[in-house]
Amino acid sequence: MATMLLIRRFEERAGEMYARAKVGGFLHLAIGEEAAIVGSARALHEHDYLVSTYRSHGHALVRGTAPGRVMAELFGRVDGCSRGRGGSMHMFDGQRRFMGGYGIVGGNLPIAAGIALASKLKNADEVTLCTLGDGACNQGTFSETMNLAALWGLPIVFLVTNNQFGMGTSLERHSAVTELRSRGEGFGVPGWRCDGMDVADTHRVVDHAVRMARNDHRPILVEAITYRYRGHSMADPERYRTKEQVAQWRKRDPLDTFRSRLQSEGILDDDRYEALDDAARLQVEEAVQFADESPFPAPGSLYEDVYVLGDQVSGQYSFGTPQSPGDGDEQPPTEASAGEIPQQITAALQEADDASWQGAGGEPEQVEA
Amino acid sequence: MATMRYREALGEALREEMRRDERVFLMGEDIGVFGGAFKVTEGLLEEFGERRVRDTPISENTIVGMGVGAAMTGMRPVVELMTINFALLAFDQIVNHAAHIHYMFGGQARVPMVVRMPQGAGHQLGPTHSHCLEAMFLQVPGLLVAVPSTAADAKGLLKSAIRDENPVVFIEHESLYGERGEVPEAPTDHLVEFGRAAVRRQGSDVTVVGISRQARTAETAAEVLEREHGVDAEVIDPRTLRPLDLGTILASVAKTGRLVIVEEGWPHGGVGANLAALVAEQAFDSLDAPIQRVSGADVPMPYSKALEDVAYPHTRQVVEAALRALSEAPKVPAG
Ligand SMILES: Cc1ncc(C[n+]2csc(CCOP(=O)(O)OP(=O)(O)O)c2C)c(N)n1
Ligand SMILES: [Mg+2]
Repeated sequence: MATMLLIRRFEERAGEMYARAKVGGFLHLAIGEEAAIVGSARALHEHDYLVSTYRSHGHALVRGTAPGRVMAELFGRVDGCSRGRGGSMHMFDGQRRFMGGYGIVGGNLPIAAGIALASKLKNADEVTLCTLGDGACNQGTFSETMNLAALWGLPIVFLVTNNQFGMGTSLERHSAVTELRSRGEGFGVPGWRCDGMDVADTHRVVDHAVRMARNDHRPILVEAITYRYRGHSMADPERYRTKEQVAQWRKRDPLDTFRSRLQSEGILDDDRYEALDDAARLQVEEAVQFADESPFPAPGSLYEDVYVLGDQVSGQYSFGTPQSPGDGDEQPPTEASAGEIPQQITAALQEADDASWQGAGGEPEQVEA
Repeated sequence: MATMRYREALGEALREEMRRDERVFLMGEDIGVFGGAFKVTEGLLEEFGERRVRDTPISENTIVGMGVGAAMTGMRPVVELMTINFALLAFDQIVNHAAHIHYMFGGQARVPMVVRMPQGAGHQLGPTHSHCLEAMFLQVPGLLVAVPSTAADAKGLLKSAIRDENPVVFIEHESLYGERGEVPEAPTDHLVEFGRAAVRRQGSDVTVVGISRQARTAETAAEVLEREHGVDAEVIDPRTLRPLDLGTILASVAKTGRLVIVEEGWPHGGVGANLAALVAEQAFDSLDAPIQRVSGADVPMPYSKALEDVAYPHTRQVVEAALRALSEAPKVPAG
C-alpha cells in the first residue's frame, strides 16, 4: 500500500512539475497502473532483474530507487538516476537491478531476453521481469523475442500492461486478437491473466509465473488488465475515449480497492491509511526539494560517457574531447585537436549558460511521439 | 497565398494530393483518430475515411514494407513515422527494399512511396527521440531525400514527392511545425521541384548552407553578421539532399570564396562532410579559406536542457564559423 501511494503521489507531483516547466520532454504517467507495477515487481527477489518502458517512474520506485533521484532525473539534474541524460523515458538503477526504461516501443524485449540468457549462461538463479504495453505486442520484436525465449528456455516473465490503449489507438483498433494473454502461445510461451487493478491478484499470478520461470527455466507471459487515467503523455487531448469510460475505470481504483480490502480485513484503519498517505506525500516533497537543489549537469560534461575510455585508447573516437575525463584511472583520449568542430563546441560549452537560441522554431509545439 | 503553419501546409499537401489522385492513401501510428502525433494529418480521416487514412499498430518496419508492396502494384502510399528515430526500426524496408527494388529487378518495378518523419532536438525528448539522421538516408542510392524548412517548401515538396516515381524519405523538423509562412493555395498547384536549392539571401562575403531547420538558423545568423559585423552572407537552403543542387552552391562559392555548412546531425560522415568533400573536389580553386562545418555535437542527444542546448547549433556558432572563414585573407590572384 505504501509503495502504491508513493507512486501515485509521485506521479501527481511530477505532473504538476511538468506544468511548472520543471520537467521537459515527454512525461508519461502511470496513474491507475500502480497495482500492476507493485503487484508484479514485488514478486521478484532482490537479485532478479526488471526491465521496463518509457512509463517507468513507478518501476524505479518499486525497486527502491530514491524518489529524489527519480525526480532529479525528471528535472534533468546531475543527481538524477541517469545523470540527467535520459529523462522521464530512460530511468536506470543498475544497483537495484532495474535495467532501464526504454523509449523505443518494443526495444526492451530483446534486451530483457538477453539478460535472461545471461542468467542462464551464468547458471545464476535470476529471473527477468520485462514489462511492455498492449501496443508493444504488435512490434516485430515481440514475436521474435517470444520465439527465442521459448526456444532457449529463458527464465523470463513478460508482463503485458494492458491499459487498453497504445497512445490514442484502442486495443480493438490495433490488435486482431485482443486477448493478449494468448499472443505468446503460438510461440510456446504460456499466457495468464491477472486483474491489474488488484495488487493482490497481480502479485499472486506474477509470483506464480516468476517461480515457474525460475524453477523450470521457461518464459511466461502475464497480461495485467489495467487502465491509465491520464493522457498518454502530458499533451494528449484524449479524443479517442470518453470521460465516462475513464470514470468507470476509476471506480475500480487500485488504491481504493486495496484500501477497502485491508480495511475489511481489519488490517488498515483510516488513521493508518492517512499516516501512510502523509508519509508518501512527505517523501515526494523531499524528492522535489532534493531535485531542485541538485545542479544541472555542467555543459562541459556533454562528452562524458559516450565511450568507455580505457588505457588502450588511441585514435580519434569522436569530435570534441571530454571536458573533464573523470577522476578515476580513466585516461583522456590521446589525440590532439580534432580540427574546427571542437573549437566550435568548446566555444559553445564555455558560453553555454547564456545560450540563447534565436534560430527558427520557437514555441515547443510537439503534441506527442 | 495564405499564411499557414508548416504543419498545416503539409496537411494541405496531403489533402490536395488525395483529392487529386484516388491512389494516394495514408498509413501511420495515430494519424487518424488521434489526429497525428504532430497534428499534420488532422481532419483527413474525417474527409477521406478509414479506407484511405489508416491508423496502424506500432509496427514500423511492417507498415513501411506494406507501403512498398502497395506502391509496387500501383498505389501511392504515404507512410508517417512519428519520429526519425523510429525510422531506424524500418531501415530494412527503406534501404533493403524501397530503395533497391527498382534497381534489383532491372527497372521493372517501381516504388513510388513517401515516408514522412520529423527529426530534431530542442524539446528535451532525449536520446531515443531527438536526432537528425538525414545523413543516413542521404547515403542510400535509390532514395530521394527532402528536408523542407519553410511552410511553402513543405507543401510544394510533399506534393512533388507524392507524384514522384521513386521512394522519397521526407524529413520534417519538429521545431518547424508551428512556424508560419506564406503558402500558395489551390487552385494554384504548388509544386517545388526536387534538386532546386533556394537562395534565401543574396550575399557576397561568405556562403552559408543550412540543412533542414538550420537553414533558418543560417538566415538569422546572416542578419547578425550584417548588423554586428558588416558581413554580407549568402544563405542557401538545398531543400533536397538527393537530388542535390550542387550547381547553386558552387556558383555561390565561386562568388564568395568561403563556405560554412550548418547541420544539426552528427559531424562524422554528415551532410556537411559530404558537401565539403564535393566542394573541395569540384571547386577547390574557388576557396579562399578552409570550409567550416557547424554540426550537432558528436553525442547521443541528452535530455537535460543544460546539455541539450549545447548539443546542437545555434545562431552564435554559425556567426562564429562565418567569421572564422572570413579571417583568412582572400587569395591574391596569381599574376
Ligand atoms: C518504435 C516506436 N514507435 C512509436 C513510438 C511512439 N509511442 C510511444 S508510446 C506509444 C504507445 C505505446 O503503447 P503501449 O505499448 O500500449 O504502452 P502504453 O503507452 O500504453 O504504456 C507510441 C506509439 C515509440 N516510442 N517507439
Ligand atoms: Mg497501452
